[in-house]
Amino acid sequence: MAQHDGDKATAAGSELEAVSPRTVSTGTAVATTGGAFENPGMPPHSPRATDLDPRKDKTAERRVGLLFLFSIVGSVFAIVAYIIFPIVPGDLSSVRVNNMLLGVGISVALLAIGLGAIYWAKNLMKDGEWEEHRHPTRGSEDTRAAAVEVFTLGNEESGFGRRSLIRNSLIGALVVSPLPAVVMFRDLAPAADPVALLKETLWEKDVRLMRDPANTPVKASEVTLGSVFQIIPENLAGREDFLEQKAKAAVLLMRLKPEDLHVSPERADWNYQGIVAYSKICTHVGCPVALAEQHTHHLLCPCHQSQFDISHEAKVIFGPAKRPLPQLPITVDAQGYLVARSGFHEPVGPSFWERS
Amino acid sequence: MTTAQDTTTTKSPVAAPTRGSRFTGAVANYLDERTSISGITKELGRKIFPDHWSFMLGEVALYSFIAILLSGTFLTFFFEPTMTQVHYEGSYVGLKGIEMSAAYASTLDISFDIRGGLLMRQVHHWAALLFVAAIGLHMLRVFFNGSFKKPRELNWVIGFVLFILAMGEGFTGYSLPDDLLSGNGLRIIDGMVKGIPLAGTWISYLLFGGEFPGTAIVPRLYSLHILLLPAILVAALGLHLLLMVINKHTQYAGPGRTNDNVVGVPIMPNFAAKAGGFFFVVFGVIVLISSFFTINPIWNYGPYDPSPISAGTQPDWYIGFADGGLRLVPPGLEFVLWGHTWSFNIILPLIVLGLFIVLVAIYPFLEAWITGDKREHHITERPRNAPTRTAIGAAGVTFYAVLWAAAASDILATHFHLTIEAVTHSLQALLILGPIIAYLIAKRVCLALQKKDREIALHGYESGRMIRLPGGEYHEVHQPLDDYERWRLVDYVDYKPLMIRPDARGRISPVQRVRAVLSRWFFEDRISPATRAELESGEGHH
Amino acid sequence: MRTHTSTDARGRQTGRRHPLASIALITIGLLSTGGAYALMTTTASAETSVATQQSVNEGQKIFAANCATCHGMTASGTKDGPSLYGVGAASVDFQMGTGRMPLAYQGPQGAQKPLQFTQEQIDDVAAYIASLAPGPAVPDEKYLAGDADVALGGQLFRTNCAMCHNVAGAGGALTEGKFAPSLKGVEARHIYEAMVTGPQNMPVFSDSNLSPQDKADIISFLKFQNQHASPGGVDLGGLGPVSEGLFIWIFGLGAIVGVTIWITARPN
Repeated sequence: MAQHDGDKATAAGSELEAVSPRTVSTGTAVATTGGAFENPGMPPHSPRATDLDPRKDKTAERRVGLLFLFSIVGSVFAIVAYIIFPIVPGDLSSVRVNNMLLGVGISVALLAIGLGAIYWAKNLMKDGEWEEHRHPTRGSEDTRAAAVEVFTLGNEESGFGRRSLIRNSLIGALVVSPLPAVVMFRDLAPAADPVALLKETLWEKDVRLMRDPANTPVKASEVTLGSVFQIIPENLAGREDFLEQKAKAAVLLMRLKPEDLHVSPERADWNYQGIVAYSKICTHVGCPVALAEQHTHHLLCPCHQSQFDISHEAKVIFGPAKRPLPQLPITVDAQGYLVARSGFHEPVGPSFWERS
Repeated sequence: MTTAQDTTTTKSPVAAPTRGSRFTGAVANYLDERTSISGITKELGRKIFPDHWSFMLGEVALYSFIAILLSGTFLTFFFEPTMTQVHYEGSYVGLKGIEMSAAYASTLDISFDIRGGLLMRQVHHWAALLFVAAIGLHMLRVFFNGSFKKPRELNWVIGFVLFILAMGEGFTGYSLPDDLLSGNGLRIIDGMVKGIPLAGTWISYLLFGGEFPGTAIVPRLYSLHILLLPAILVAALGLHLLLMVINKHTQYAGPGRTNDNVVGVPIMPNFAAKAGGFFFVVFGVIVLISSFFTINPIWNYGPYDPSPISAGTQPDWYIGFADGGLRLVPPGLEFVLWGHTWSFNIILPLIVLGLFIVLVAIYPFLEAWITGDKREHHITERPRNAPTRTAIGAAGVTFYAVLWAAAASDILATHFHLTIEAVTHSLQALLILGPIIAYLIAKRVCLALQKKDREIALHGYESGRMIRLPGGEYHEVHQPLDDYERWRLVDYVDYKPLMIRPDARGRISPVQRVRAVLSRWFFEDRISPATRAELESGEGHH
Repeated sequence: MRTHTSTDARGRQTGRRHPLASIALITIGLLSTGGAYALMTTTASAETSVATQQSVNEGQKIFAANCATCHGMTASGTKDGPSLYGVGAASVDFQMGTGRMPLAYQGPQGAQKPLQFTQEQIDDVAAYIASLAPGPAVPDEKYLAGDADVALGGQLFRTNCAMCHNVAGAGGALTEGKFAPSLKGVEARHIYEAMVTGPQNMPVFSDSNLSPQDKADIISFLKFQNQHASPGGVDLGGLGPVSEGLFIWIFGLGAIVGVTIWITARPN
């Protein structure tokens, strides 16, 4: 193998930048320490065991062949496993067995091919280090001149530079042409105004509070101290926008000792004998804030750990959320079932630009 | 060199053409007469690739991507990307009769009613995690080796685009089964989008085709996941590989290696066998993991319902840093200004993460501007030989790692018996302090290692053998290096800080001043490589 | 676009559930609010009457020796421990039967420990506490068999329990160092008692919230989850994407990097 001319090897003396006229900008210096070492050139080559010992060469060859044969065994095993270990409906362990055995067969088939090929390359294919010359990425001056010539001719022959009317009107047309595509995105969503939708929920006066998912009404007497009810509005069932409405209307219902509740005057009648209802949708990015602690009266959001204090009107006591969870004013109807006194007094869920 | 091949060539002497070789010849002739393929083979067939384990990380990403394409195609045959409500009547008892979307039901069918379906789902998901992880490790390798320097800056950017696309592919795929976990993930996305000033509400509305969750998001993400994103990804991947071939691979400094050559093994046959074999190994490892380890057990999560949520709701690892950003926001950052709501508890993480990502993308250009170096570089730098860059990288990795850890703050709290508040506060402090500490430590470590290299280059290794000199003095014998070993240690570019010089009009622009300051920051602390002069003058001592 | 939504609408007239399911649920709900409650109170009183006076006396002795320091000699509570009036036998059986009581130390939350009393002793203390004031009794075996509706139980579990205990029952973090414990391997009786009594900071799921049948469904679901190993293989703790991410980095990528080193290492 031709040894490369080692003494040109340092970056400073490389041939590659010699062709680029502006390699180092004004003021930047690359330290050129006097008396640098010289590239000693390619080290001598030492043969492998398989190069020297024909028996080892033969062993290696057999190993590669065995690995490839083993791969066939793996593939066949996978096919057999597919057939004789089928999935029995309702039996989860059959799924597990099918997954495992089929997978083992396929992975053996793949790994054996891979390891065999690599072993072959490492031990039997010709060993050594080859050298290839690098050309500068930049085209040669001739090539570059020819490329410039192509553009110059193109410009002259078409008159692109000269005929400014054509050029400018074309640019204008191209700029405007994607606009219809942008406009067509409008009907990705229905015609309704999203802001109005975000500000309303199904809760309104006299809507009963129902258990989720049983959809049964809740009597005030059933909400014992320390319990938490997952609540949906009575008018949710059967709606075609069930999920969209539930995503806004989900509520947590809790009963605290009246002395634990710190109620501001304007919300004096929003709770019913210590029973309070709060929106479950986090005011940060909207995860359900459903982790309720019985004694601390804290609600925790499992996504980003915002904490709300139910005894202080769900004000934020920790985490990224800023606003308290909106409170749903509640009371009881004639049959003693809990109902909303009104809808929410503010939009629920995460903040949005048009919220305030 | 030539001696090594003799043993092999003698074993396979060129014989008269056999039937097999005649057939191969005919096929090759047929193809060449229609495609000029001989030219390409001649050009590329013996192209040289340098051999180093860290140069194979990009291949891992490529091969996991192929595993993803294959398993993903299988999944498309069974997956039903609609949100039409159905009653589950498949064989999983835990969800029998429950109402759910067709997307979720078909994912359950793939898992429980189609032989090998669960395996393919697990292969697809594990390969996806591996894909992004391999890209990440590959990017770190390229960064710390300085392999993004001219002429490879553009390929760094393409690689960066691939990383973003991979995360996009990952997130869209994660959302398709429409289970409780992915649904809550989408809910977080919806909340984040709504927090964007001015357009947020409308972007969310258009994205979900109405109010969250709507019935459009799964089919829309499906189109992106199996059509648009993979198409862009494959195109960018092709470009990435093409540029790699044009620029040729970088190589470590070593004897015989120069900036003008590339030393390694040829594509045909050695590299092809290793790389081809490696594809099977990567694929095999993915299938092996998938046969023994559950990933995303969607049957546990149940269908998406906006009311429930699971403790430990987290995104896949590569989105973790964004989730962590949302968790670490300081409290109370939401204001009403000029009649509009400004959710800085969402905007701030978006800005910080956006800046971080942009810095990653443009780093090669920043460094090139600071160093003012416009030459081509093909020798990979050892991280220690670029202390400031390595320190910046360490700071970036720490920053990312803290955000990533924050996405698991609740799991950290339960598993290490800490309070979630303490974990959050510590990580908030660490997000600021960690990168600074990492920067300082990494820089010092690099300089110390450089010093050690210099020491070894000049004086050799410590042999551990003590001798007593005639004067009674004890002395450890140093094993001197041969020229080959020494060359590995001394072949690196040694930059000096920029000297401000007036331009043609005799002025010094403010931009030049900034650059000089940055250049000093980069290169003030440096250890120059050992020189022959030093070795020769120093030899008297030992 | 429009037509698309209308076809969806037909599929979703009834929201997430089948109309018959709703009716069934209403029936269960009514049972829970009416009949079941009566049933429950009768079992509670029956329990008290069955417990012999001897057992109550024995329980009082054990209580005085082991519990009174914190809960007071008459179980009326001190600053170190709450009053036990009305907590019922279920609460005693849960707290002592899972080894949480007596507390080893004051902390954010009582931890599970090896049992310190025999079931007989626990029953005696339970009888004593139940004799002080009426409260939830130890549950009837018929709700603990695990043969109820698994799918419905899963739905109830995800709505009422998974936010703290995780969908796979792996547990999760609460505020200030408290945590919801893992439900793997917990006895059905203790799960039922925890729901009825709301130990520590867990909310109470009284029979008016989740009927005994609902609780039996939840228990059946948990048993179903416990009994079946994950069909996909080792479940990595059921912790979700965090353990999956760590696994692929450490073992997946780790193994593959090992292979790359082998590939590029030169054989001797």
